[in-house]
Amino acid sequence: MNLPENLKYTKDHEWVRIEGNMAVVGITEFAQNELGDIVFVEIDSEDEELAREEVFGTIEAVKTVSDLYMPLSGKIVEVNDELDPKPELVNKEPYDGGWMIKIEIKDPAEIEGLLSAADYKALID
Amino acid sequence: MQKTPLYDRHLALGAKIVPFAGFAMPVEYSGIQQEHRAVREAAGIFDVSHMGEFWVKGPHAQALLQKVCSTDVARLPIGKAQYCYFPNGKGGVVDDLLVYAYEAQKYLLVVNAGNIQKDWDWLQANNNMGAELENASKHMALLALQGPCARQILQALTSVNLDDLPAFSFVVAQVGDLAQVIVSHTGYTGAGGYELYVAAEEAAVLWDLLLQKGAEKGLVPCGLGARDTLRLEMGYCLYGNDIDEQTSPIAAGLGWVTHLTAGREFIDRPLLERQMKEGVAERLKGIVLLERGIPRSGYLLVNEAGEEVGRVTSGSQSPVLNQGIGLAYVTKPYWKTGSRLFVRIRNKDIAAEIRKPPFV
Repeated sequence: MNLPENLKYTKDHEWVRIEGNMAVVGITEFAQNELGDIVFVEIDSEDEELAREEVFGTIEAVKTVSDLYMPLSGKIVEVNDELDPKPELVNKEPYDGGWMIKIEIKDPAEIEGLLSAADYKALID
Repeated sequence: MQKTPLYDRHLALGAKIVPFAGFAMPVEYSGIQQEHRAVREAAGIFDVSHMGEFWVKGPHAQALLQKVCSTDVARLPIGKAQYCYFPNGKGGVVDDLLVYAYEAQKYLLVVNAGNIQKDWDWLQANNNMGAELENASKHMALLALQGPCARQILQALTSVNLDDLPAFSFVVAQVGDLAQVIVSHTGYTGAGGYELYVAAEEAAVLWDLLLQKGAEKGLVPCGLGARDTLRLEMGYCLYGNDIDEQTSPIAAGLGWVTHLTAGREFIDRPLLERQMKEGVAERLKGIVLLERGIPRSGYLLVNEAGEEVGRVTSGSQSPVLNQGIGLAYVTKPYWKTGSRLFVRIRNKDIAAEIRKPPFV
């Protein structure tokens, strides 16, 4: 299971890449594998300000649908439009082309609450 | 958790294993959509050994089946299989199944894995005529070889001429080195193909042989995920989703396998006959989403005014159409083919249309 060390994780199987006051968010290799073939990702929350744990979108796989949760509070400043024509990027490159949203972080103290790669690995093992 | 005789094969092929009806089953190997397309375009092999098999034998076998089955088993010639259901005595369905007229006074019933014990108890409880019953579920494996290339792949392995085996016919044949395989021209995918019943201890030999010989024709191992999307594209019912102890088989569209032969007294006949004559309040229909979205079991169907007019019982993305498709119980007059309604997906109403399956 690929779990890059430079990323933070959540118990909801999202990864977070901190870039200054921005956070890039996607779902983990484990999550995409559990979901199977992803059919589309629906994110209607661009420009909205959402709190940590709030739903920012949904991900539809052939077998199931799953909510996507904010790993940190903040404003969604960018959504990955590439996923519209190519939802399979989430399966193929969960940590790269499969990224989903960019958040303007509201409260940097929340970053402390995210999991390290080792913590997340312990969670899914 | 029970395992089929092919469990180790699935692990070796890297399948994702999930619990299903008490069995550890492969849900996918390479991915549901890829497996699905392989079956539509070439061939796929499914391990469905979790399904249950009962033998019903002896001079009273037919009498028992005439009582519990929705179809007229007396009309089923030896060598033929028939799809039917067990009415539950309360207007619902115990299970749906295939009945094979194996030889004189000997029938094979193939039932859903999740209902093996329930069906067995049901047959015992209704067997006041003294038919001989044998539960062979643990001793029989079942492989489904499906797809347009299935015939070619199987023909290379058997001396039986498959052109002489029409749909819903079966024959006991030698396949490879296995002397006794029930080759049945049936399936649950709509892609054509065969279901192969074999002794549990011979399942791995047959599986390996088919995978090896079929590979050049594009055969891939397929899991329950693709089995579900394939049957859904054809609009076939799945017990537990679309039909159950509460649903009327007539509402579910199973009137065509409800045989009202004169003088045949089967369970629930008067009730079902009345429903067929007078109609039912809702019907199981195909729906296609006109916008992006996937209907899922339990979602509501609403009309333009937002009033509930039905509920989804099965749904997925069609890997062929790349559209959301499903089966839903719909009230009159919204059940009419072509009528427009909406599927309520979380907080949004997504436009949909009633369509008569198959969807592809």
